[in-house]
Amino acid sequence: MIDFLLDQLAPFLQTALRMGSPILIATLGGIICEKAGHLNLGVEGMMLMGAITAFMTAYNTNNIFLTLFAAGMAGLVGALIYAFITVTLRANHTVTGLVLSIFGAGYATYIGSTSAVGKSIADKTNVVNAIQDIEIPYLSDIPFIGPVIFGQSIYFYLGIAVAVIMYLYLKKTKAGLNLRMVGENPGAADASGINVALYKYIHILAGGFLCGIAGSFYSIKLVRTWTSGPTAGDGWIAVALIIFATWNPLKAIFGSFFFGVFKGLQFKIQNVALPVIGTIKPQYLEMLPYIMTVVVLVFIAVKKKRENQPPNALGAPYFREER
Amino acid sequence: MAYVRLENITKIFGSVTANDKITFEVEKGEIHALLGENGSGKSTLMNILSGIYAPNSGSIYIGGKEVAFASPKDSIDAGIGMVHQHFKLVDVFTARENIAAGKGSRGFWSSTAELNKRIADIAEKYGLAVELDKKIYDMSVSEKQTVEIMKVLCRGADILILDEPTAVLTPQEIQILFDILRNMKKAGCAVVIITHKLNEVMEISDRVTVLQKGKCIETLKTSETNPQQLTEMMVGKAVNLDIECVPMERGRKLLSLDKVCVKNKENRNALDEVSFDVFSGEILGIAGIAGSGQKELCEAIAGLEKVSEGDIIFKDESIVQLSPRDIIRRGITMSFVPEDRLGMGLVAGMDIVENVLLKAYQNMPGMFINRAEGRRIADDIIERFQIYTPSASHTVKKLSGGNIQKVLLGREINLNPELLITAYPVRGLDIGASYKIYDILNEQKQKGVGIIFVGEDLDVLLHLCDRLMVMHSGKIMDIVDPKSVTKEQVGMLMMGHKQ
Repeated sequence: MIDFLLDQLAPFLQTALRMGSPILIATLGGIICEKAGHLNLGVEGMMLMGAITAFMTAYNTNNIFLTLFAAGMAGLVGALIYAFITVTLRANHTVTGLVLSIFGAGYATYIGSTSAVGKSIADKTNVVNAIQDIEIPYLSDIPFIGPVIFGQSIYFYLGIAVAVIMYLYLKKTKAGLNLRMVGENPGAADASGINVALYKYIHILAGGFLCGIAGSFYSIKLVRTWTSGPTAGDGWIAVALIIFATWNPLKAIFGSFFFGVFKGLQFKIQNVALPVIGTIKPQYLEMLPYIMTVVVLVFIAVKKKRENQPPNALGAPYFREER
Repeated sequence: MAYVRLENITKIFGSVTANDKITFEVEKGEIHALLGENGSGKSTLMNILSGIYAPNSGSIYIGGKEVAFASPKDSIDAGIGMVHQHFKLVDVFTARENIAAGKGSRGFWSSTAELNKRIADIAEKYGLAVELDKKIYDMSVSEKQTVEIMKVLCRGADILILDEPTAVLTPQEIQILFDILRNMKKAGCAVVIITHKLNEVMEISDRVTVLQKGKCIETLKTSETNPQQLTEMMVGKAVNLDIECVPMERGRKLLSLDKVCVKNKENRNALDEVSFDVFSGEILGIAGIAGSGQKELCEAIAGLEKVSEGDIIFKDESIVQLSPRDIIRRGITMSFVPEDRLGMGLVAGMDIVENVLLKAYQNMPGMFINRAEGRRIADDIIERFQIYTPSASHTVKKLSGGNIQKVLLGREINLNPELLITAYPVRGLDIGASYKIYDILNEQKQKGVGIIFVGEDLDVLLHLCDRLMVMHSGKIMDIVDPKSVTKEQVGMLMMGHKQ
């Protein structure tokens, strides 16, 4: 039994946490944006913009800081377009978000097919080594837990750190309180002397930055060559996870790794003969995360609680002189 | 010059001039009432002073210096605090969080000892009682209002504007509020109270400014005027201030509720074994603190809310299982005016004709909608209810609150119902419009219509109704005779105390 845990389950969970890390970062990016009252369906698009930018930067500079920063900035630029249209021009959030997703995908495909196809970053050792799984001294020697939690890459540690910081920011700080008020009732925030537009811009951009970084995972960590549409819809899973996590960054940690498990399953039980059902076709395994998204959302919709509701003004453009 | 002076303020919304060269002054240590009918521009003027609307022209002086407000932030910095009619509070926040947000507190953390101390000091100074850790959604209207007042005081406001503060309070709560306002006056604050209730103007204010259709009529000392004079200035003509309860022989039993229960979302009884009858040719008043089950009662009868137990009989037929549409066809109409006035019954983005057609189309033959007929009905309603609008094709949300209500009630009465349920039809309405609506209700009553009138102003309920039913947390406390009961007795019943 112990052997089974060590040999089979630990590597499996390690994969699950690895796959869940970028989803966590993207979900956090979505949460901070939605807390400002802006429904952003552009997560997938911003991730893809981050993915291609990270790949090109890594290929050209072989510098991990520049790579991650550029990926974040690419997401931020996507978010800036979204913020300008929804905050300043007060356009519909849903449509703008969808357009951003389509734009991001098109942008990544275009740059990818003209400049990135056929290239590999496997020889960019500075980048590759920096995002290797890091075994934290001593802690990673703990049996079972060690390799699962303390043998991860910077994406995992970054995700956890951002989640905790974001939770404290929202719950304990004055700026976090103001942000929540902007998302719940911009009219009240405005009457309280909060600069509503400024808060919205800052947090939408911060969300975009996180989504861009999340996207870089797929092009420089998961694979090292450019494939079209590397995120494979994980951005949409992140959008669903925002609801699953009830806009709580700490719950997003568990949600992301829950989905990581299903992503991990694809790799682990492919071509494995299972008892009773035999081998499962890979197509079915690939469906799992998306099916789970639907199932989870149904459960969330059934179980309603006052504290778990979306920010009250989510998706509503704010115009001070509206009568 | 006065401490606060607004000079020649003009504000135009589209084609409506809400404020037309208004000049208005308030001194420190005075309570100044701003009186006017709906659409007279009271709220607009105060929204300009609190930085929410930008005026098209005019200047604002505070302490002798000219100021320009680009946003509410600037106005808060100038010491102005506004308690809005629709509270600017976040429901899922605690009182403390609502107070701390924005300009309420400084520093990095949201909860600070400094803030708690400041709240305690203000609470003591002005006699405000706030439960800081209570969520807003668990609070009564009066508690929410106290949080609002605390919020603006915590930001250091010494000019306080209250927009229709007494509209939804019980008589006892109004007295508590007035005590707080008097304490502020003593502490040297300038207090502006927007209202259209004359008895309150007479009771609390030192001076009163009357607005009419966006223009400033006059500023008077309250001690040198009387309600009759103020009404005439406000409406522009003489108005009889007595509310009439037309004596009528009560007719047949129209509606009968038998131990009706309705469950709310948390599966508790929002209506708890409610039984009563309504007869034709009577007005049955319903009094109660907001949220005591009035809404559920109206909706249960109209078929919008599922009845979990009990029966509702309309003219010897049970209507519990019927669809809202079938209930309308049997002659029951319901018009509920919610707190935001737009939430129920009307589509804000449509014009008056289209809103009328929403119900009227059912009685029109053929597949297509007859807009000409709808326009005729709309014009009829506009004339009958004196709705202040450029035309029948004006978008509803661009009308003032009172006019929106008149459209709603007018549409319902136009369907010639046998049972008319109307909740808060005069909510926020001006005197002229309110009396018009009382007249219309009396007229309907004389036609033999049974009327359920859910109201909030006890003076009106006591004068207008034939019987008055008092509700408290989903139960009927008592059905009293308005002629022989006092306001204080009804107030006690509303708070759940039975003699």
